[in-house]
Amino acid sequence: MIPEIGHFSLWLALGMALVLGTVPLVGAQTGRADFMALARPLSYLMFVFVALAFACLVASFIGHDFSVRYVATNSNTALPLQYRIAGVWGGHEGSLLLWVQMLVLWTVAVATFSRHLPTAVAARILAVMGLVAVGFLLFMLLTSNPFDRLFPAPAEGRDLNPLLQDPGMVIHPPMLYMGYVGFSVAFAFAIAALIGGTLDSTWARWTRPWTTVAWMFLTIGIALGSAWAYYELGWGGWWFWDPVENASLMPWLLGTALIHSLAVTEKRNSFKSWTVLLAILAFSFSLLGTFLVRSGVLSSVHAFATDPLRGQFILAFLAVVVGGSFALYAWRAPEVGIGKRFGLWSKESALLGNNVLLVVAALAVMLGTLYPLVLDALGMGKISVGPPYFDAVFMPLMAPAVFLMGIGPLARWKNAELPALAMRLRWAAVVAILGAVLTGALAGEVRLVATLGLVMAYWIVGSVVTDLWGRVHPHGLDWAQAPARLRQIPRALAGMMLAHLGIAVFCIGVVMVKAYEVESDVKMSVGDSTTVRGYTFTFDGIKELQGPNYVAAQGQMRVSRDGHSIADLRPEKRIYRVQQNPMTEAAIDAGLTRDLYVSLGEQVQGGAWIVRVYVKPFIDWIWGGCLLMALGGLLAVSDRRYRRAPGAEL
Amino acid sequence: MTPRRKRFAIALGVLAVVGGATALVLNAFQSNLVFFFSPSQIVAKEAPVGRTFRLGGLVVAGSVQREGVAVRFEVTDTATTVPVQFSGILPDLFKEGKGVVAQGKLENGVFQAKEVLAKHDENYMPPEAAEALKNAAKSNAKTATSVVTSP
Repeated sequence: MIPEIGHFSLWLALGMALVLGTVPLVGAQTGRADFMALARPLSYLMFVFVALAFACLVASFIGHDFSVRYVATNSNTALPLQYRIAGVWGGHEGSLLLWVQMLVLWTVAVATFSRHLPTAVAARILAVMGLVAVGFLLFMLLTSNPFDRLFPAPAEGRDLNPLLQDPGMVIHPPMLYMGYVGFSVAFAFAIAALIGGTLDSTWARWTRPWTTVAWMFLTIGIALGSAWAYYELGWGGWWFWDPVENASLMPWLLGTALIHSLAVTEKRNSFKSWTVLLAILAFSFSLLGTFLVRSGVLSSVHAFATDPLRGQFILAFLAVVVGGSFALYAWRAPEVGIGKRFGLWSKESALLGNNVLLVVAALAVMLGTLYPLVLDALGMGKISVGPPYFDAVFMPLMAPAVFLMGIGPLARWKNAELPALAMRLRWAAVVAILGAVLTGALAGEVRLVATLGLVMAYWIVGSVVTDLWGRVHPHGLDWAQAPARLRQIPRALAGMMLAHLGIAVFCIGVVMVKAYEVESDVKMSVGDSTTVRGYTFTFDGIKELQGPNYVAAQGQMRVSRDGHSIADLRPEKRIYRVQQNPMTEAAIDAGLTRDLYVSLGEQVQGGAWIVRVYVKPFIDWIWGGCLLMALGGLLAVSDRRYRRAPGAEL
Repeated sequence: MTPRRKRFAIALGVLAVVGGATALVLNAFQSNLVFFFSPSQIVAKEAPVGRTFRLGGLVVAGSVQREGVAVRFEVTDTATTVPVQFSGILPDLFKEGKGVVAQGKLENGVFQAKEVLAKHDENYMPPEAAEALKNAAKSNAKTATSVVTSP
């Protein structure tokens, strides 16, 4: 009964979405207030029905209803409760339902917080979100219904993929999807502006917080996925340029460009057409990511069983959304205009450079990700594009972007004085170079590429400090006023500084890991020890361990340094009972300046094991940096100018 | 600077960035494409020597030999077999009789793998491995028919 209620709710939600996608739009064009007034109640109703369907699927998982095909393939009676709930988005159908759930959540948020917008604008925005929901609900109902029944019902489920039975996997997909789907809001704002024909700095001020929040979730989602790959896949890497990772990186790059472009549109009423184009692109790439991940064209841990119909549907939907919005853009963008002009040396120029670099980087990633698929589809052979390509392209593109990141925030709008700018930043440059060389010396070896990377990181720090210094303690002013001036810094600005510092922290992590990590695969018998970078790892054998739905061989590894015991690490090799796949659980002693990482390979003759023993310097800074970026975003959206009393705008 | 020249300078700057990036991308792309070859193609000497490529197929049952950290095994597409040498830890899902994809170089008839991928569950075959088997099956079928039809 419960699955039928869920299934029926999805159809009802589709009905709501259809009406929401058309009637308010017509109302906004013809000026009929009663049509436009329907937008909000319909948004809420759509949310209620999708949430009901979602609850039904959760209930089926918790109640072990194996007559539902999706539950039978992704759950098991021995599966712990938290993973039964996470199992809801552990497969294709359920993750789509999660996608739609996030979409209606965003729609309701827009419906609630858009009361200060002109009625026609709000109606158009909600209608566009309704149309997106129509596409996804249709996709789910026609090709991937999570409530399909299985007859006769099996007595036991096939269990959730062991890789996904991990706390990180419980929150990674919701976060990532919140980000992906969140760009639909910026998209809807852009389409509404194109239809309405008015795009000014007020529009940018409305759009900015939504975009920033979506970007924040995407940042956290990507970071969680990367951290998960680090400790769960057992290879100790944090980014593999896997097509699925790229699928989330491309919208992130475009979203980052969009945030910066929106800043120009708000402050200077410039970059207008460009901002709209980026909003369309960011969401299109989110859809492309969904297509890549959900259509089964990729071989990866995320790819689920292939059904060509699904791929075709998403591709068609993608074509309609991208084609439709570009056509609208081509038709209406001249109406919107490009906005105010600016000087050759100005903050606008720096941000334009940043935008071009980010977009080019996203396109380069797209080329490397899609080219193998296209060749394969054309029957021209199977190739792959590996990490060396992405490394070779990404670094040189991001280096100038980081350089501009140091200059942009200090440059003046409209027209900047180059010599004055250089004078202000001279200390930042000196500190960056000295700091980088010093860090290399402390790490034991100064290397060219590592030093360049560190120069970039310290350059950002130097620039942020210079900026802060100039605001808190300008020339000729008393130090006593400094705390007061510090408090006067708007949160949006503080958020930007924090996010930029996050990039610096991230860079330090990446550079230090790449340059100074030690990875060693060794064969160890009981009592053997091996020394890596001054840390001595001693293997005390294996214990057997019984988990709720798996058995594990648990390695006993002691780590010491200069005779002092540092940590006891317990890496595991698990065999999950149902799927019978072995799984590696790495053991990590995390630290501010280094991670000690041990994972079990396989058992060889005489009770010996092949063991990975890694020392990863500063690796946690990578995710720490992402967290700082997200916190920066949070700080920025809490700025007071976004917290106007409702109605104050009108 | 006149507004006209200024606009020209900005456009030129953007063009320079995009042009430079394109050159960089295409160059990196050219040198980092990894092609895929099946054991049959390798035996037929179609695979390049000294360049990294991918090999896919099934791990021959009983062929895995460990010597400390080093490991040797054979990969087959059911028509022909290629020996593979690898040093390090094999992925969890690496199993005899199952699909595998290895990336590395061919040296003296032995495939020196730098990376071994087996990202699949028990029912899922890497597309490259599936392709190799399909092609081998096709050529097997061709040989079979030609044997039957030739007088």
